[in-house]
Amino acid sequence: MKIKEILSKYPKESEYLIEILLEIQSSSKNHYISSEDVEQISKYLDIPESQICSVTSFYTLLSMNPKGRYVIQVCHDVPCFVNDTTSIYEKLVDMLAIEDGETTEDNLFTLEITECLGCCNEAPAMRVNDQVYTSLTPKKVEKIVKDLRGEEK
Amino acid sequence: MIQQKVISKRFGKVDPLSIDSYIKFDGYNALEKALTMHPTQIIDEIEKSKIRGRGGAGFPAHIKARALANAKQPKYIVCNADEGEPGNFKDRIIMENDPFSILEGMVILAYATGAKKGYIYIRGEYQNAIKIMKMTIQNAIDKGYLGENILNKGFDFNLEIRTGAGSYVVGEEFSMIESIEGKPGRSRVKPPYPTDKGIHDKPTLINNVETFANFPHIILMGGDNYAKIGTPSSTGTKLISLSGNVKNKGLYEVPFGTSIRDVIFKLGDGVSYNRSIKMVQLGGASGPIIPEYMLDMAIDFERFENFDSKTGTGAIIVIDERFDIFDILLINMNFFVHQSCGKCAPCREGHTQIVNLLNKIKNHRGTEQDLMSLENLANVIQQTSLCGLGQTSMTSIISSLRYFRDDYFAKVRY
Repeated sequence: MKIKEILSKYPKESEYLIEILLEIQSSSKNHYISSEDVEQISKYLDIPESQICSVTSFYTLLSMNPKGRYVIQVCHDVPCFVNDTTSIYEKLVDMLAIEDGETTEDNLFTLEITECLGCCNEAPAMRVNDQVYTSLTPKKVEKIVKDLRGEEK
Repeated sequence: MIQQKVISKRFGKVDPLSIDSYIKFDGYNALEKALTMHPTQIIDEIEKSKIRGRGGAGFPAHIKARALANAKQPKYIVCNADEGEPGNFKDRIIMENDPFSILEGMVILAYATGAKKGYIYIRGEYQNAIKIMKMTIQNAIDKGYLGENILNKGFDFNLEIRTGAGSYVVGEEFSMIESIEGKPGRSRVKPPYPTDKGIHDKPTLINNVETFANFPHIILMGGDNYAKIGTPSSTGTKLISLSGNVKNKGLYEVPFGTSIRDVIFKLGDGVSYNRSIKMVQLGGASGPIIPEYMLDMAIDFERFENFDSKTGTGAIIVIDERFDIFDILLINMNFFVHQSCGKCAPCREGHTQIVNLLNKIKNHRGTEQDLMSLENLANVIQQTSLCGLGQTSMTSIISSLRYFRDDYFAKVRY
Protein backbone atom coordinates (compact mmCIF):
# COMPACT_ATOMS: atom_id res chain seq x y z
CA MET A 1 0.00 0.00 0.00
CA LYS A 2 1.27 3.44 -0.82
CA ILE A 3 2.07 5.75 2.06
CA LYS A 4 -0.52 8.32 0.97
CA GLU A 5 -3.28 5.72 1.12
CA ILE A 6 -2.23 4.77 4.64
CA LEU A 7 -2.05 8.37 5.79
CA SER A 8 -5.47 9.21 4.39
CA LYS A 9 -7.04 6.65 6.74
CA TYR A 10 -6.00 8.66 9.80
CA PRO A 11 -7.15 12.02 11.14
CA LYS A 12 -4.47 14.71 10.91
CA GLU A 13 -3.72 14.50 14.62
CA SER A 14 -0.32 13.70 16.09
CA GLU A 15 -1.86 11.23 18.57
CA TYR A 16 -2.18 8.78 15.64
CA LEU A 17 1.57 8.90 14.96
CA ILE A 18 2.39 5.50 16.48
CA GLU A 19 -0.53 3.79 14.70
CA ILE A 20 0.59 5.34 11.40
CA LEU A 21 4.22 4.30 11.90
CA LEU A 22 3.22 0.73 12.76
CA GLU A 23 1.04 0.43 9.68
CA ILE A 24 3.65 1.89 7.35
CA GLN A 25 6.26 -0.44 8.78
CA SER A 26 4.10 -3.54 8.45
CA SER A 27 3.32 -2.66 4.83
CA SER A 28 7.05 -2.44 4.12
CA LYS A 29 8.66 -5.61 2.84
CA ASN A 30 11.75 -4.93 4.91
CA HIS A 31 9.90 -3.93 8.08
CA TYR A 32 11.18 -0.39 8.37
CA ILE A 33 10.25 3.25 8.09
CA SER A 34 12.27 5.12 5.49
CA SER A 35 13.37 8.74 5.76
CA GLU A 36 11.02 9.51 2.85
CA ASP A 37 8.17 8.07 4.95
CA VAL A 38 9.16 10.33 7.82
CA GLU A 39 9.10 13.34 5.50
CA GLN A 40 5.61 12.47 4.28
CA ILE A 41 4.25 11.89 7.78
CA SER A 42 5.79 15.15 8.95
CA LYS A 43 3.95 17.05 6.22
CA TYR A 44 0.68 15.19 6.76
CA LEU A 45 0.53 15.64 10.55
CA ASP A 46 2.29 19.02 10.45
CA ILE A 47 4.85 18.03 13.06
CA PRO A 48 8.67 18.24 12.85
CA GLU A 49 10.59 15.21 11.61
CA SER A 50 12.56 15.20 14.86
CA GLN A 51 9.35 14.48 16.75
CA ILE A 52 8.74 11.43 14.56
CA CYS A 53 12.31 10.21 15.02
CA SER A 54 12.04 10.58 18.79
CA VAL A 55 9.15 8.11 18.62
CA THR A 56 10.80 5.65 16.22
CA SER A 57 13.93 5.55 18.35
CA PHE A 58 12.01 5.07 21.60
CA TYR A 59 9.89 2.08 20.60
CA THR A 60 11.63 -1.25 20.06
CA LEU A 61 9.20 -2.52 17.44
CA LEU A 62 9.82 0.50 15.20
CA SER A 63 12.88 0.54 12.97
CA MET A 64 14.43 3.08 10.64
CA ASN A 65 16.80 0.46 9.24
CA PRO A 66 15.75 -2.17 6.72
CA LYS A 67 15.49 -5.70 8.07
CA GLY A 68 15.22 -9.12 6.46
CA ARG A 69 12.00 -10.43 4.94
CA TYR A 70 11.50 -12.54 8.05
CA VAL A 71 12.28 -10.98 11.39
CA ILE A 72 12.84 -13.77 13.90
CA GLN A 73 12.51 -12.65 17.52
CA VAL A 74 13.49 -15.13 20.18
CA CYS A 75 12.25 -14.51 23.71
CA HIS A 76 15.02 -14.49 26.27
CA ASP A 77 13.25 -13.70 29.51
CA VAL A 78 13.29 -15.92 32.58
CA PRO A 79 10.29 -18.20 31.79
CA CYS A 80 11.77 -19.01 28.38
CA PHE A 81 15.37 -19.07 29.64
CA VAL A 82 14.61 -21.79 32.20
CA ASN A 83 12.91 -23.75 29.42
CA ASP A 84 16.13 -23.75 27.39
CA THR A 85 15.59 -20.91 24.97
CA THR A 86 19.39 -20.75 24.68
CA SER A 87 19.36 -23.91 22.57
CA ILE A 88 16.73 -22.32 20.32
CA TYR A 89 18.83 -19.20 19.83
CA GLU A 90 21.97 -21.24 19.22
CA LYS A 91 20.18 -23.36 16.64
CA LEU A 92 19.15 -20.20 14.79
CA VAL A 93 22.67 -18.74 14.97
CA ASP A 94 23.95 -22.03 13.62
CA MET A 95 21.46 -22.22 10.74
CA LEU A 96 21.47 -18.56 9.74
CA ALA A 97 25.10 -17.72 10.54
CA ILE A 98 24.06 -14.41 12.08
CA GLU A 99 23.75 -13.12 15.65
CA ASP A 100 21.40 -10.85 17.56
CA GLY A 101 20.54 -7.75 15.52
CA GLU A 102 22.06 -8.99 12.26
CA THR A 103 20.53 -9.73 8.86
CA THR A 104 21.53 -12.51 6.48
CA GLU A 105 23.31 -11.48 3.27
CA ASP A 106 20.36 -12.54 1.13
CA ASN A 107 18.16 -10.21 3.23
CA LEU A 108 15.87 -13.08 4.08
CA PHE A 109 16.29 -13.26 7.87
CA THR A 110 16.95 -10.86 10.73
CA LEU A 111 17.61 -12.39 14.13
CA GLU A 112 16.72 -10.55 17.32
CA ILE A 113 16.61 -11.39 21.01
CA THR A 114 13.38 -9.95 22.31
CA GLU A 115 11.49 -9.36 25.51
CA CYS A 116 8.69 -11.57 26.79
CA LEU A 117 6.13 -12.44 24.13
CA GLY A 118 3.51 -13.38 26.73
CA CYS A 119 3.55 -17.06 25.80
CA CYS A 120 5.28 -18.30 28.95
CA ASN A 121 2.70 -21.09 29.28
CA GLU A 122 4.18 -22.57 26.08
CA ALA A 123 7.83 -21.58 26.51
CA PRO A 124 10.19 -21.31 24.77
CA ALA A 125 8.65 -18.99 22.23
CA MET A 126 9.67 -16.95 19.22
CA ARG A 127 7.97 -14.73 16.69
CA VAL A 128 8.47 -14.61 12.93
CA ASN A 129 6.94 -11.35 11.75
CA ASP A 130 3.45 -11.54 13.29
CA GLN A 131 3.35 -15.31 13.69
CA VAL A 132 4.14 -16.72 17.14
CA TYR A 133 5.72 -20.17 17.50
CA THR A 134 5.65 -21.87 20.89
CA SER A 135 6.88 -24.98 22.74
CA LEU A 136 9.97 -24.87 20.56
CA THR A 137 12.71 -27.44 20.25
CA PRO A 138 15.82 -27.12 18.08
CA LYS A 139 14.22 -29.65 15.71
CA LYS A 140 11.06 -27.57 15.36
CA VAL A 141 13.15 -24.48 14.71
CA GLU A 142 15.02 -26.29 11.96
CA LYS A 143 11.75 -27.14 10.23
CA ILE A 144 10.39 -23.59 10.58
CA VAL A 145 13.51 -22.05 9.03
CA LYS A 146 13.58 -24.62 6.23
CA ASP A 147 9.91 -23.96 5.49
CA LEU A 148 10.48 -20.22 5.35
CA ARG A 149 13.42 -20.70 2.99
CA GLY A 150 11.32 -23.00 0.82
CA GLU A 151 8.57 -20.40 0.58
CA GLU A 152 10.99 -18.02 -1.06
CA LYS A 153 11.99 -20.46 -3.81
CA MET B 1 -11.44 -27.72 44.15
CA ILE B 2 -8.59 -25.25 44.25
CA GLN B 3 -9.69 -23.40 41.17
CA GLN B 4 -12.68 -21.10 41.32
CA LYS B 5 -13.69 -19.98 37.87
CA VAL B 6 -15.28 -16.55 37.76
CA ILE B 7 -13.36 -14.60 35.14
CA SER B 8 -12.41 -17.75 33.27
CA LYS B 9 -15.80 -19.48 33.43
CA ARG B 10 -16.45 -18.93 29.72
CA PHE B 11 -12.94 -19.81 28.52
CA GLY B 12 -13.17 -22.54 25.93
CA LYS B 13 -16.96 -22.65 26.22
CA VAL B 14 -17.87 -19.62 24.13
CA ASP B 15 -16.84 -18.66 20.63
CA PRO B 16 -14.75 -15.56 21.39
CA LEU B 17 -15.70 -13.96 18.10
CA SER B 18 -19.45 -14.42 18.49
CA ILE B 19 -21.45 -11.92 20.49
CA ASP B 20 -24.45 -14.28 20.34
CA SER B 21 -22.43 -17.00 21.96
CA TYR B 22 -21.42 -14.53 24.70
CA ILE B 23 -25.01 -13.42 25.26
CA LYS B 24 -26.16 -17.03 25.49
CA PHE B 25 -23.65 -17.58 28.31
CA ASP B 26 -24.92 -14.80 30.64
CA GLY B 27 -23.18 -12.14 28.59
CA TYR B 28 -24.45 -8.56 28.96
CA ASN B 29 -26.80 -9.51 31.82
CA ALA B 30 -24.63 -7.33 34.04
CA LEU B 31 -24.83 -4.36 31.69
CA GLU B 32 -28.62 -4.65 31.47
CA LYS B 33 -28.78 -4.74 35.26
CA ALA B 34 -26.31 -1.86 35.61
CA LEU B 35 -28.37 0.34 33.32
CA THR B 36 -31.31 0.03 35.71
CA MET B 37 -29.13 1.28 38.57
CA HIS B 38 -28.07 4.81 39.40
CA PRO B 39 -24.42 5.44 38.37
CA THR B 40 -23.36 6.08 41.99
CA GLN B 41 -24.97 2.80 43.04
CA ILE B 42 -22.63 0.97 40.66
CA ILE B 43 -19.59 2.60 42.24
CA ASP B 44 -21.04 1.75 45.68
CA GLU B 45 -21.19 -1.92 44.64
CA ILE B 46 -17.59 -1.74 43.42
CA GLU B 47 -16.62 -0.25 46.79
CA LYS B 48 -18.47 -2.97 48.70
CA SER B 49 -16.74 -5.63 46.61
CA LYS B 50 -13.39 -4.21 47.87
CA ILE B 51 -11.82 -5.14 44.54
CA ARG B 52 -8.27 -3.95 44.04
CA GLY B 53 -6.64 -3.40 40.65
CA ARG B 54 -5.33 -6.51 38.95
CA GLY B 55 -2.50 -4.89 37.00
CA GLY B 56 0.10 -5.05 39.72
CA ALA B 57 -0.32 -1.99 41.91
CA GLY B 58 -3.48 -3.23 43.61
CA PHE B 59 -5.09 0.19 43.99
CA PRO B 60 -8.71 0.09 45.22
CA ALA B 61 -10.85 0.28 42.06
CA HIS B 62 -13.68 2.32 43.57
CA ILE B 63 -11.44 5.28 44.47
CA LYS B 64 -10.39 5.78 40.85
CA ALA B 65 -13.98 5.27 39.66
CA ARG B 66 -15.38 7.84 42.07
CA ALA B 67 -12.66 10.35 41.20
CA LEU B 68 -13.51 10.02 37.52
CA ALA B 69 -17.26 10.23 38.17
CA ASN B 70 -16.71 13.54 39.99
CA ALA B 71 -14.47 14.93 37.23
CA LYS B 72 -15.59 17.27 34.47
CA GLN B 73 -16.08 16.26 30.82
CA PRO B 74 -14.35 15.28 28.63
CA LYS B 75 -12.95 12.27 30.46
CA TYR B 76 -11.52 8.98 29.32
CA ILE B 77 -11.38 5.34 30.32
CA VAL B 78 -8.38 3.23 29.33
CA CYS B 79 -8.03 -0.52 29.43
CA ASN B 80 -4.37 -1.39 30.03
CA ALA B 81 -3.63 -4.43 27.88
CA ASP B 82 0.07 -3.68 27.54
CA GLU B 83 1.01 -6.86 29.32
CA GLY B 84 4.79 -6.63 29.09
CA GLU B 85 5.86 -8.02 32.45
CA PRO B 86 7.79 -11.23 31.76
CA GLY B 87 5.92 -14.28 33.02
CA ASN B 88 2.45 -12.80 32.53
CA PHE B 89 -0.01 -13.93 29.90
CA LYS B 90 -3.37 -13.66 31.68
CA ASP B 91 -4.56 -10.54 29.83
CA ARG B 92 -3.77 -12.10 26.47
CA ILE B 93 -5.75 -15.19 27.39
CA ILE B 94 -8.76 -13.12 28.53
CA MET B 95 -8.68 -11.16 25.27
CA GLU B 96 -8.39 -14.30 23.18
CA ASN B 97 -11.03 -16.29 25.05
CA ASP B 98 -13.64 -13.90 26.42
CA PRO B 99 -13.13 -10.49 24.81
CA PHE B 100 -16.71 -9.28 25.27
CA SER B 101 -16.42 -9.48 29.05
CA ILE B 102 -13.76 -6.74 28.89
CA LEU B 103 -16.02 -4.51 26.77
CA GLU B 104 -18.94 -5.15 29.09
CA GLY B 105 -16.84 -4.13 32.10
CA MET B 106 -15.68 -0.99 30.32
CA VAL B 107 -19.20 0.03 29.29
CA ILE B 108 -20.47 -0.49 32.86
CA LEU B 109 -17.71 1.74 34.18
CA ALA B 110 -18.36 4.31 31.45
CA TYR B 111 -22.00 4.47 32.51
CA ALA B 112 -21.01 4.74 36.19
CA THR B 113 -18.49 7.52 35.60
CA GLY B 114 -20.01 9.36 32.65
CA ALA B 115 -17.01 8.85 30.35
CA LYS B 116 -17.90 8.88 26.67
CA LYS B 117 -14.63 7.77 25.16
CA GLY B 118 -12.31 4.90 25.90
CA TYR B 119 -9.18 3.24 24.66
CA ILE B 120 -7.87 -0.29 24.81
CA TYR B 121 -4.08 -0.13 24.69
CA ILE B 122 -2.73 -3.51 23.55
CA ARG B 123 0.95 -4.30 23.21
CA GLY B 124 2.10 -4.66 19.60
CA GLU B 125 3.37 -8.20 20.18
CA TYR B 126 -0.23 -9.39 20.73
CA GLN B 127 -1.31 -9.32 17.08
CA ASN B 128 -3.90 -12.02 17.55
CA ALA B 129 -5.51 -10.26 20.52
CA ILE B 130 -5.52 -6.96 18.60
CA LYS B 131 -7.42 -8.57 15.71
CA ILE B 132 -9.91 -10.17 18.09
CA MET B 133 -10.55 -6.98 20.06
CA LYS B 134 -11.07 -4.97 16.86
CA MET B 135 -13.67 -7.48 15.67
CA THR B 136 -15.25 -7.56 19.12
CA ILE B 137 -15.70 -3.78 19.13
CA GLN B 138 -17.34 -3.86 15.70
CA ASN B 139 -19.70 -6.67 16.71
CA ALA B 140 -20.69 -4.86 19.89
CA ILE B 141 -21.41 -1.65 17.95
CA ASP B 142 -23.51 -3.58 15.41
CA LYS B 143 -25.61 -5.10 18.18
CA GLY B 144 -26.10 -1.86 20.12
CA TYR B 145 -23.86 -2.72 23.07
CA LEU B 146 -21.31 -0.02 22.24
CA GLY B 147 -21.24 3.31 20.42
CA GLU B 148 -24.16 5.71 20.27
CA ASN B 149 -27.30 5.27 22.35
CA ILE B 150 -26.30 1.99 23.99
CA LEU B 151 -29.30 -0.37 24.46
CA ASN B 152 -31.54 2.61 23.69
CA LYS B 153 -30.74 4.15 27.06
CA GLY B 154 -29.46 7.35 25.52
CA PHE B 155 -25.89 6.93 26.65
CA ASP B 156 -22.86 6.87 24.36
CA PHE B 157 -19.48 5.25 24.73
CA ASN B 158 -16.95 4.89 21.94
CA LEU B 159 -13.87 2.72 22.02
CA GLU B 160 -10.63 2.86 20.09
CA ILE B 161 -7.80 0.34 20.00
CA ARG B 162 -4.29 1.68 20.43
CA THR B 163 -1.33 -0.53 19.62
CA GLY B 164 1.88 -0.54 21.58
CA ALA B 165 5.17 -0.56 19.73
CA GLY B 166 7.38 -2.61 22.00
CA SER B 167 7.88 -0.69 25.20
CA TYR B 168 7.59 -2.21 28.66
CA VAL B 169 7.41 1.08 30.55
CA VAL B 170 4.25 2.04 28.67
CA GLY B 171 2.40 -0.31 31.02
CA GLU B 172 2.91 2.41 33.64
CA GLU B 173 -0.10 4.71 33.60
CA PHE B 174 1.47 8.06 32.74
CA SER B 175 3.77 6.48 30.17
CA MET B 176 0.69 4.93 28.59
CA ILE B 177 -1.03 8.30 28.51
CA GLU B 178 1.98 9.81 26.73
CA SER B 179 1.93 6.92 24.27
CA ILE B 180 -1.79 7.34 23.58
CA GLU B 181 -0.99 10.96 22.76
CA GLY B 182 1.46 9.65 20.14
CA LYS B 183 4.64 10.44 22.06
CA PRO B 184 7.51 8.39 23.51
CA GLY B 185 6.32 6.65 26.68
CA ARG B 186 8.09 8.71 29.34
CA SER B 187 6.29 9.04 32.64
CA ARG B 188 5.19 12.28 34.28
CA VAL B 189 5.65 13.55 37.82
CA LYS B 190 2.76 12.71 40.14
CA PRO B 191 0.58 14.32 41.43
CA PRO B 192 -1.58 15.34 39.63
CA TYR B 193 -2.86 11.80 39.13
CA PRO B 194 -4.40 10.61 35.86
CA THR B 195 -7.96 10.91 37.18
CA ASP B 196 -7.13 14.62 37.51
CA LYS B 197 -4.96 15.25 34.45
CA GLY B 198 -4.51 12.35 32.05
CA ILE B 199 -4.85 12.15 28.27
CA HIS B 200 -4.54 15.70 26.85
CA ASP B 201 -4.60 16.82 30.49
CA LYS B 202 -8.18 15.58 30.84
CA PRO B 203 -9.33 13.18 33.61
CA THR B 204 -8.44 9.60 32.73
CA LEU B 205 -9.02 6.31 34.47
CA ILE B 206 -6.75 3.36 33.67
CA ASN B 207 -7.58 -0.18 34.74
CA ASN B 208 -6.07 -3.52 33.87
CA VAL B 209 -7.87 -5.99 31.57
CA GLU B 210 -8.61 -8.39 34.44
CA THR B 211 -10.05 -5.58 36.59
CA PHE B 212 -12.53 -4.65 33.85
CA ALA B 213 -13.43 -8.32 33.36
CA ASN B 214 -14.36 -8.46 37.06
CA PHE B 215 -16.92 -5.63 36.98
CA PRO B 216 -19.76 -7.58 35.30
CA HIS B 217 -19.45 -10.26 37.98
CA ILE B 218 -19.51 -7.68 40.79
CA ILE B 219 -22.71 -6.17 39.35
CA LEU B 220 -24.36 -9.57 38.90
CA MET B 221 -23.52 -11.08 42.28
CA GLY B 222 -23.50 -7.78 44.22
CA GLY B 223 -20.52 -6.24 45.96
CA ASP B 224 -21.14 -7.92 49.32
CA ASN B 225 -21.30 -11.41 47.83
CA TYR B 226 -18.21 -10.76 45.74
CA ALA B 227 -16.33 -9.68 48.89
CA LYS B 228 -16.99 -13.11 50.41
CA ILE B 229 -14.62 -14.68 47.88
CA GLY B 230 -10.95 -14.59 48.85
CA THR B 231 -9.55 -13.04 52.02
CA PRO B 232 -10.72 -9.94 53.95
CA SER B 233 -7.90 -7.81 52.54
CA SER B 234 -7.91 -9.29 49.04
CA THR B 235 -11.32 -10.12 47.70
CA GLY B 236 -12.26 -12.09 44.63
CA THR B 237 -10.27 -14.45 42.51
CA LYS B 238 -6.92 -14.03 40.82
CA LEU B 239 -5.76 -15.30 37.49
CA ILE B 240 -2.36 -16.90 37.95
CA SER B 241 0.12 -17.18 35.09
CA LEU B 242 2.15 -20.22 36.07
CA SER B 243 5.37 -20.73 34.11
CA GLY B 244 8.95 -21.90 34.35
CA ASN B 245 9.98 -25.43 35.28
CA VAL B 246 6.55 -26.84 36.13
CA LYS B 247 4.90 -29.81 34.48
CA ASN B 248 1.63 -28.06 33.69
CA LYS B 249 2.35 -24.48 32.80
CA GLY B 250 -0.76 -22.44 32.25
CA LEU B 251 -3.40 -20.05 33.46
CA TYR B 252 -5.32 -20.89 36.62
CA GLU B 253 -7.96 -18.96 38.53
CA VAL B 254 -7.89 -19.26 42.32
CA PRO B 255 -9.51 -17.32 45.16
CA PHE B 256 -7.12 -15.00 47.01
CA GLY B 257 -5.63 -16.78 50.00
CA THR B 258 -4.60 -19.87 48.07
CA SER B 259 -1.00 -20.83 48.80
CA ILE B 260 1.72 -20.58 46.18
CA ARG B 261 2.65 -24.19 46.93
CA ASP B 262 -0.85 -25.41 46.06
CA VAL B 263 -0.74 -23.59 42.74
CA ILE B 264 2.63 -25.08 41.85
CA PHE B 265 1.99 -28.63 43.05
CA LYS B 266 -1.76 -29.19 42.83
CA LEU B 267 -2.49 -27.20 39.69
CA GLY B 268 0.91 -27.21 38.02
CA ASP B 269 1.61 -30.81 39.05
CA GLY B 270 5.00 -29.93 40.49
CA VAL B 271 8.43 -29.49 38.98
CA SER B 272 9.42 -31.22 35.75
CA TYR B 273 11.52 -34.38 36.22
CA ASN B 274 10.79 -34.00 39.96
CA ARG B 275 13.75 -31.69 40.39
CA SER B 276 13.78 -29.53 43.49
CA ILE B 277 12.89 -25.85 43.45
CA LYS B 278 15.77 -23.42 43.77
CA MET B 279 13.66 -20.25 43.70
CA VAL B 280 10.32 -18.82 42.64
CA GLN B 281 9.87 -15.37 41.18
CA LEU B 282 6.51 -13.77 41.86
CA GLY B 283 4.78 -11.20 39.68
CA GLY B 284 7.39 -11.09 36.92
CA ALA B 285 10.77 -9.42 36.41
CA SER B 286 9.81 -6.69 38.91
CA GLY B 287 8.77 -9.16 41.59
CA PRO B 288 10.52 -10.78 44.54
CA ILE B 289 12.52 -14.01 44.36
CA ILE B 290 11.69 -16.35 47.22
CA PRO B 291 13.14 -19.69 48.33
CA GLU B 292 11.27 -23.00 48.47
CA TYR B 293 10.57 -22.79 52.22
CA MET B 294 8.40 -19.71 51.72
CA LEU B 295 5.98 -21.32 49.27
CA ASP B 296 3.24 -21.78 51.86
CA MET B 297 2.71 -18.05 51.66
CA ALA B 298 -0.81 -17.10 50.60
CA ILE B 299 -1.50 -15.17 47.42
CA ASP B 300 -2.74 -11.96 48.98
CA PHE B 301 -2.05 -8.26 48.44
CA GLU B 302 -1.12 -7.71 52.09
CA ARG B 303 1.32 -10.61 52.14
CA PHE B 304 2.97 -9.45 48.93
CA GLU B 305 3.33 -5.89 50.20
CA ASN B 306 5.80 -7.17 52.79
CA PHE B 307 8.34 -7.14 49.98
CA ASP B 308 8.02 -3.35 49.65
CA SER B 309 6.70 -4.08 46.23
CA LYS B 310 3.30 -4.55 44.80
CA THR B 311 3.12 -7.70 42.81
CA GLY B 312 -0.53 -8.26 42.19
CA THR B 313 -0.14 -9.38 38.61
CA GLY B 314 -0.25 -13.00 39.69
CA ALA B 315 2.68 -14.48 37.83
CA ILE B 316 4.53 -17.41 39.39
CA ILE B 317 7.77 -18.39 37.72
CA VAL B 318 9.24 -21.62 39.06
CA ILE B 319 13.00 -22.06 38.68
CA ASP B 320 14.58 -25.40 39.51
CA GLU B 321 17.86 -26.42 41.12
CA ARG B 322 19.88 -26.32 37.88
CA PHE B 323 19.88 -22.54 37.73
CA ASP B 324 22.19 -19.95 39.26
CA ILE B 325 20.47 -17.00 40.90
CA PHE B 326 22.92 -14.60 39.24
CA ASP B 327 21.89 -15.70 35.76
CA ILE B 328 18.26 -15.04 36.65
CA LEU B 329 19.06 -11.65 38.24
CA LEU B 330 21.13 -10.62 35.23
CA ILE B 331 18.31 -11.43 32.81
CA ASN B 332 15.98 -9.33 34.95
CA MET B 333 18.42 -6.42 35.23
CA ASN B 334 19.43 -6.40 31.56
CA PHE B 335 15.71 -6.25 30.81
CA PHE B 336 15.40 -3.08 32.89
CA VAL B 337 18.51 -1.53 31.35
CA HIS B 338 16.80 -1.90 28.00
CA GLN B 339 13.35 -0.83 29.18
CA SER B 340 14.25 2.24 31.23
CA CYS B 341 12.85 5.28 29.41
CA GLY B 342 15.88 7.36 30.42
CA LYS B 343 13.96 10.24 31.97
CA CYS B 344 15.24 10.02 35.54
CA ALA B 345 18.87 9.39 36.54
CA PRO B 346 18.51 6.67 39.20
CA CYS B 347 16.76 4.36 36.76
CA ARG B 348 18.74 5.29 33.64
CA GLU B 349 22.20 5.06 35.23
CA GLY B 350 21.41 2.79 38.14
CA HIS B 351 20.40 -0.33 36.24
CA THR B 352 23.62 -0.29 34.21
CA GLN B 353 25.69 -0.12 37.40
CA ILE B 354 23.63 -2.91 38.98
CA VAL B 355 24.46 -5.12 35.98
CA ASN B 356 28.17 -4.27 36.33
CA LEU B 357 28.14 -5.18 40.01
CA LEU B 358 26.23 -8.42 39.43
CA ASN B 359 28.65 -9.48 36.71
CA LYS B 360 31.56 -8.74 38.99
CA ILE B 361 30.08 -10.82 41.81
CA LYS B 362 29.00 -13.64 39.52
CA ASN B 363 32.54 -13.96 38.14
CA HIS B 364 34.08 -14.15 41.63
CA ARG B 365 35.68 -10.71 41.29
CA GLY B 366 33.37 -8.94 43.72
CA THR B 367 34.29 -7.92 47.24
CA GLU B 368 32.20 -7.35 50.33
CA GLN B 369 32.35 -3.67 49.44
CA ASP B 370 30.64 -4.47 46.10
CA LEU B 371 27.95 -6.33 47.96
CA MET B 372 27.29 -3.25 50.07
CA SER B 373 27.29 -1.04 46.98
CA LEU B 374 24.76 -3.35 45.35
CA GLU B 375 22.50 -3.15 48.37
CA ASN B 376 22.80 0.64 48.65
CA LEU B 377 22.30 1.29 44.98
CA ALA B 378 19.26 -1.00 44.84
CA ASN B 379 17.69 0.99 47.67
CA VAL B 380 18.49 4.31 46.00
CA ILE B 381 16.91 3.21 42.71
CA GLN B 382 13.83 1.92 44.50
CA GLN B 383 13.34 5.04 46.59
CA THR B 384 14.19 7.78 44.12
CA SER B 385 12.91 6.64 40.72
CA LEU B 386 10.13 8.64 39.16
CA CYS B 387 7.77 5.86 38.09
CA GLY B 388 6.79 2.32 38.87
CA LEU B 389 9.56 0.85 36.74
CA GLY B 390 12.47 1.90 38.95
CA GLN B 391 10.36 1.72 42.08
CA THR B 392 9.80 -2.01 41.59
CA SER B 393 12.71 -3.22 39.44
CA MET B 394 14.97 -3.73 42.46
CA THR B 395 12.58 -6.09 44.25
CA SER B 396 14.34 -9.18 42.91
CA ILE B 397 17.75 -7.85 44.00
CA ILE B 398 16.57 -6.80 47.45
CA SER B 399 14.71 -10.06 48.07
CA SER B 400 17.63 -12.14 46.80
CA LEU B 401 19.96 -10.34 49.20
CA ARG B 402 17.58 -11.25 52.00
CA TYR B 403 16.82 -14.88 51.15
CA PHE B 404 19.83 -15.99 49.10
CA ARG B 405 22.62 -14.23 50.94
CA ASP B 406 24.68 -17.41 51.04
CA ASP B 407 24.75 -17.46 47.24
CA TYR B 408 26.36 -14.04 47.35
CA PHE B 409 28.85 -14.91 50.07
CA ALA B 410 29.86 -18.02 48.15
CA LYS B 411 31.03 -15.79 45.30
CA VAL B 412 32.47 -12.80 47.13
CA ARG B 413 36.25 -12.49 47.51
CA TYR B 414 37.67 -11.87 50.95
